Amino acid sequence: MNTVAPLIDTAAIRSEFPILATSTEDGRPLIYLDNAATSQKPRAVIDAIRHYYEHDNANVHRGLYDLSRRATEAYEGARDRIARFIGAAFADEVIWVRGATEGINLVAHSWGGANLKRGDEIVLSVLEHHSNIVPWQLIAERTGAVVRFVDIDEQGRIRLDELRAVLASGHARIVAIGHVSNAIGTIHPVQEIARLAHEAGALLVVDGAQGAPHLKIDVQALGCDFYALSGHKMCGPMGIGALWGRRELLDAMPPYMGGGEMIDYVGTDGSTFKTSPHRFEAGTPNVGGAIGLAAAADYLDGIGHDALWSHEQELTRYGLEVLGGTDGITIFGPHDAAERTAVFSFALEGVHPHDVATIVDVEGVAVRAGHHCCQPLMRRLGVPATTRASCYLYNTTTEIDALARALERARAVFR
Amino acid sequence: MDRSTPPLNSLFQELILEHYKRPRNKGELPDPDVSIHMKNPTCGDEVHLQMHVKDGVIANAMFVGEGCSISQASISMMTQLVKGKPVDEALGLAAQFTRMMHGDADAARDKRMGDLRSLAGVAKFPVRVKCALLGWNALEEGVGKTG
Ligand SMILES: Cc1ncc(COP(=O)(O)O)c(C=O)c1O
Repeated sequence: MNTVAPLIDTAAIRSEFPILATSTEDGRPLIYLDNAATSQKPRAVIDAIRHYYEHDNANVHRGLYDLSRRATEAYEGARDRIARFIGAAFADEVIWVRGATEGINLVAHSWGGANLKRGDEIVLSVLEHHSNIVPWQLIAERTGAVVRFVDIDEQGRIRLDELRAVLASGHARIVAIGHVSNAIGTIHPVQEIARLAHEAGALLVVDGAQGAPHLKIDVQALGCDFYALSGHKMCGPMGIGALWGRRELLDAMPPYMGGGEMIDYVGTDGSTFKTSPHRFEAGTPNVGGAIGLAAAADYLDGIGHDALWSHEQELTRYGLEVLGGTDGITIFGPHDAAERTAVFSFALEGVHPHDVATIVDVEGVAVRAGHHCCQPLMRRLGVPATTRASCYLYNTTTEIDALARALERARAVFR
Repeated sequence: MDRSTPPLNSLFQELILEHYKRPRNKGELPDPDVSIHMKNPTCGDEVHLQMHVKDGVIANAMFVGEGCSISQASISMMTQLVKGKPVDEALGLAAQFTRMMHGDADAARDKRMGDLRSLAGVAKFPVRVKCALLGWNALEEGVGKTG
């Protein structure tokens, strides 16, 4: 197979991820193709976290001593870094959360709780991850709002004609959509969706869990109102993520959780709260996580988003061709590489996804089988589950070849 | 300790694939006394077990389901084995099968288990054990309800 010369040096990149040098229990190299679930971590991120705990650890915003000042500086510096990473106008528009799940719950609970009323509509797509469905169902139940789903076309792309039709009711207050589908890799046209949502008087919440790891994010250019991301999917640690929101929206939103760090004044007759972002950050935060995430942003920006995109597009084209050319395989999602990321979710004729994953695992390749937290999508595709291989910057076409061979093996076992 | 991955053929035995492709007792049973639906939410495997139980004996057992080869072959073999057996004996087989899934070598040699012995290799794939047990869990819950 002819491949375009990669713009990034995968061998060098792989050497920066300690886990990729480890092997499976029976001594095979690790072929990790479950990046949509979580990414591996480069040494720079691991070192930044270790450095924090070895040199700068103290609680933030509290102590008047040097160490606490250093911890606070590093923590707020990390906020600036993430603001820059996503193109935010102001650092105080970035709220630390545990991940995309908490970010979306925060918006649903706080903005939704204060603003939604009976008959209002929340518009989602059938492609959404459960964490961009369930929080909206919960707030709809509490407020009397209604959740509506927009369908996808045969290639797993959101149907904008249907979105327009749903928005025409005039009742939509929120549109919540994933930037990139974790299940089939579709990249949504967020700018266009933002325009449609705003014309209809609705806000746009973007679930960026799979967008931030792969695409250059500029929240202002995207035109959305909220953007949620998870650190662990973009080379950062687990347990940290960010929610970005437009300042004027955040300033008008009530607290999400109550506790220390988020108050101005606490009296026995009531309390007043800090402004955003601290208003939404009750309790001792994950300082080490924030610092690790900032290091991940440095790392990804250092690689360069153009190089990252070219490499992943090469993997996407290669995977569509090689895996798509395997007998009995149906790959879901867009056919055109430019409309998707290197997430290959497929059905293998005659072999259940669960069996595929076991056989592929025996061959040393880590993939995922199941509904990928997208049950409505599985129903829409008419399958109980899919097998999913999802790539990241350190994956290679050779690894895709190994997967293709393992799939031939699966077909042979079940012939 | 041998930590290498067990060979695939210890898992996907001919007999398992044969039951998967050509399941026995698959279909709806009219007027069942016992009707149990079981689902594994993590992987989506699903079985619906229906039985006639008369005077403490499983007179008939059928199932419908969807899922991986292990879950579907296991319940296919199970319906074959328990049909015509007293409920107590069927529960004893369920206990024996569970032991087999936890790696008990004596259980894996027990002739009473019939075709189900071909599933002994599943014990070496811990994440797949719940697949093999799905139908048996339905049986235990189902006769528990009539008893
Ligand atoms: C599209 C999408 N949204 C949301 C999430 C939830 O992310 P987290 O579990 O990190 O909060 C995920 C991760 O599984 C995802 O892929």
